[in-house]
Amino acid sequence: MAEKIYDVVVIGSGPGGYVAAIRAAQLGLDVAIVERAELGGICLNWGCIPTKALLRSAEVYRSLSRLEEFGLKADNISFDAAAVVARSRKVAEQLSNGVKFLMKKHKIVVIEGNAKLAGAGRIAVEGKAGKSEVQAKNIILATGARARTLPGIEPDGKLIWTYREAMVPAAMPKSLLVIGSGAIGIEFASFYRSFGAEVTVVEVLDRILPVEDAEISDLAAKAFKKQGMKLLLSAKVEKLDKGKDSVTATIVVKDGKKETLTVDRVISAVGITGNVEDLGLEQVGVKVERGHVVVNEWLETGVKGVYAIGDLVGAPWLAHKAMHEGVMAAERIAGGKGLHPLDVTKVPGCTYSSPQIASVGLTEAKAKEGGREVKIGRFPFRANGKAIALGEQDGLVKTVFDARTGELLGAHMIGAEVTELIQGYTVARTLESTEAELMHTIFPHPTLSEAMHESVLDAFGRALHI
Amino acid sequence: MPTPILMPALSPTMEEGTLAKWHVKEGDEVHSGDVIAEIETDKATMEVEAVDEGKIAKIVVPEGSENVKVNAVIAMIAGEGEDVSAVKSASAPKKDPSPRPSPRRGEGEKEAAKAPTLSSPSTPLPTGERKGPAAEGSGKVRGSDPRVFASPLAKRIAKDKGIDLAAVAGTGPRGRIVKADVEKAKPGQAAPRPAAQGGAAPAAMPSIDPRAFYEPGSYDEVPLDNMRKTIARRLTQAMQEIPHFYLTIDCELDELLRIRKDLNAKAEDGVKLSVNDFIIRAAALALIKVPDANVSFAGTSLLKHKHADVGIAVALDGGLITPIIRNAETKGLAEISAEAKTLAERARTKKLKPGEFEGGSFSISNLGMFGIKSFTAVINPPQAAIIAVGKGEERPVVKNGKLEVATVMTVTMSCDHRAIDGALGAKFLEAFKAFVEYPPSMLL
Repeated sequence: MAEKIYDVVVIGSGPGGYVAAIRAAQLGLDVAIVERAELGGICLNWGCIPTKALLRSAEVYRSLSRLEEFGLKADNISFDAAAVVARSRKVAEQLSNGVKFLMKKHKIVVIEGNAKLAGAGRIAVEGKAGKSEVQAKNIILATGARARTLPGIEPDGKLIWTYREAMVPAAMPKSLLVIGSGAIGIEFASFYRSFGAEVTVVEVLDRILPVEDAEISDLAAKAFKKQGMKLLLSAKVEKLDKGKDSVTATIVVKDGKKETLTVDRVISAVGITGNVEDLGLEQVGVKVERGHVVVNEWLETGVKGVYAIGDLVGAPWLAHKAMHEGVMAAERIAGGKGLHPLDVTKVPGCTYSSPQIASVGLTEAKAKEGGREVKIGRFPFRANGKAIALGEQDGLVKTVFDARTGELLGAHMIGAEVTELIQGYTVARTLESTEAELMHTIFPHPTLSEAMHESVLDAFGRALHI
Repeated sequence: MPTPILMPALSPTMEEGTLAKWHVKEGDEVHSGDVIAEIETDKATMEVEAVDEGKIAKIVVPEGSENVKVNAVIAMIAGEGEDVSAVKSASAPKKDPSPRPSPRRGEGEKEAAKAPTLSSPSTPLPTGERKGPAAEGSGKVRGSDPRVFASPLAKRIAKDKGIDLAAVAGTGPRGRIVKADVEKAKPGQAAPRPAAQGGAAPAAMPSIDPRAFYEPGSYDEVPLDNMRKTIARRLTQAMQEIPHFYLTIDCELDELLRIRKDLNAKAEDGVKLSVNDFIIRAAALALIKVPDANVSFAGTSLLKHKHADVGIAVALDGGLITPIIRNAETKGLAEISAEAKTLAERARTKKLKPGEFEGGSFSISNLGMFGIKSFTAVINPPQAAIIAVGKGEERPVVKNGKLEVATVMTVTMSCDHRAIDGALGAKFLEAFKAFVEYPPSMLL
């Protein structure tokens, strides 16, 4: 057993890890993957997928409250929190089983347990089945990340939640404080607000969704406020005092004033930190800085044959970025040619709140840094026929072009289904389209995607419907 | 074994062309002499005949393909009993299977079917363009695909920075040139491409991209057609390579006009001599009289032409072309007139054969009919001189101290100083003027 030397052993079976394993197997390598919990990692089991299931319930429920607008009627509309959660868990389970099947299909050996680097090409695995050692020519570290905690607001899993508890509430809280307005915080805020909770979001910066374009952040803030969400910007939670079934937060707001707020539950969504502990990284010489493994542009840790990918190596903390890196690491190991380092400006980002937010590339502010001349296009959903037909006229598509070269530098969208639309601009960026190709592209009518076309046209003063 | 059909060179300078039309489709039987395709070059459309019998096994280059390199495999023909389906890809031909260009069907000139332009012409071009594949002999298919794969953004940036994409190595998928590659390349980077395929390349981008100065939408952008590309490339080359100088002379036309009127009145039906016909004959005779002006500069030598092959610039929709009256010195006015008329007509309908507009030893550009008094023209390589003819108009002239009225035409000659010096040019113009001012001397 100990004789066997794998070409590649992947540690962690999240979207980065299992994709790396599949790609390596496709390239003819002998692959094993080590997982300490469920196949699919956080994304499938406790992240992207189950939250999308929850948000779908929220969306349907939200639509029910607007039935009359569509000429429909229903009485006694209500929800069953346990059933909402149960559906989400079932979806996660289904996908985790899917990964199990994929591993089998690609003849990837799945090893259950905690892995630890034990010297050159050796991995010690400790699991239910006891201790064992696996040998590998190459190791891909893909252990992901977990919620970061701030002093004074340590989650306890009961009153103060992380994403993990927030995903499986026993009952809907009546009031909720969300700390942090990144994608995770906003998605939970949107979910709980949809089911009637009084939601307050505290953000330390001066706008929500701070990585998005400022204009989009503002539109999102407006939409959330209209839904009755409370947003405290440039504010900081100083401390949380836990009661019996409630928490009282002391919040320092803009001018240094302190406010207190008592809520049923608190969700801490203040960023994530890499799972770098107990991996034996220090012993073999893998460098760790600020909670993340340090790699070069080829995802090499500096220790021969040891690669690291995904959330473990840093932002953007996105599953699709991890998957891309997984493919890259596998191809690098297999000696692939023509590889390119990851360009973060080609990584789209999506927030599945209501309204949805999606973007790729540079924000207007970032694009203008360094004196670059830009052309900005805007097109509101209000002027899009399909959006009006859907009853989703709140939305905007904003595009940022380099005025000199016509390069699509960035695209920023808010509104219905924009998370499904953003790939169009991502393809354009990857193909290095200029405005000319986008203008010549025929967008189907009537679709929301026409707003993408119009936004491009608008950037060059040629919008047809505004 | 199936035989490849190669892109024919319709003229010595042709390097690429457009495969305008296929007259056959895969599976069709063809016989020697059948017209199988139409090739369009920058100047003419030609039909291509099959040289072998057999079945069209595969059409490699689809109809409408532009910039097809001479000698590229355009189709495969399978002989009797050969398995058509076995034809997978074009392999290197073992013999010369080039089809020959033919005159348009219906003209029926068997002579022309010998494709005079495929045989090596006796006058090499000084520009080096001549090392065209036709001269190299066939059988060699150009190695690399000339198409440059680049992202739209890379193309835009390259244009902006004046970078020749052909010189840039692509690092994108399948060697596609991407933004990063162009950003690394140096502006003005010349094409050190194998075998400098430059001759076929379009004219270099202007160093200033005019698009940067105008709002998009404030203009229509019309892509260059083959003719415009050739004009841009050849004339830029001519102006950059040839040290031009200009000589201007006035010619009195009264006698010529009188004789012309006379001759036209007495001529048989259909003959109507123009002033330009006289000018062509005068130029031809002057070239023979001053043979040192009837030359081409060939780098290490001068080619002294034995005949006066006079090109006449014909304006076309969207361009111009200069068909040539060969051996003009041997032709009378009526013959010149008739030939000039047909050539001009054929030029306008794009029916000229390459042999009818390539080469030549001298050119005439006449803008007199547009009221232009005088102008200068760009020399048309491989020639060494061109005259720019202005309008014949009544002007005051001083004769023996007295002011008189005469019909005067201003002619400006552009000379290639590498081949023709000032005094020589003047001598030519003197002879030319003498013929024009006293046409009966053209009878001598």
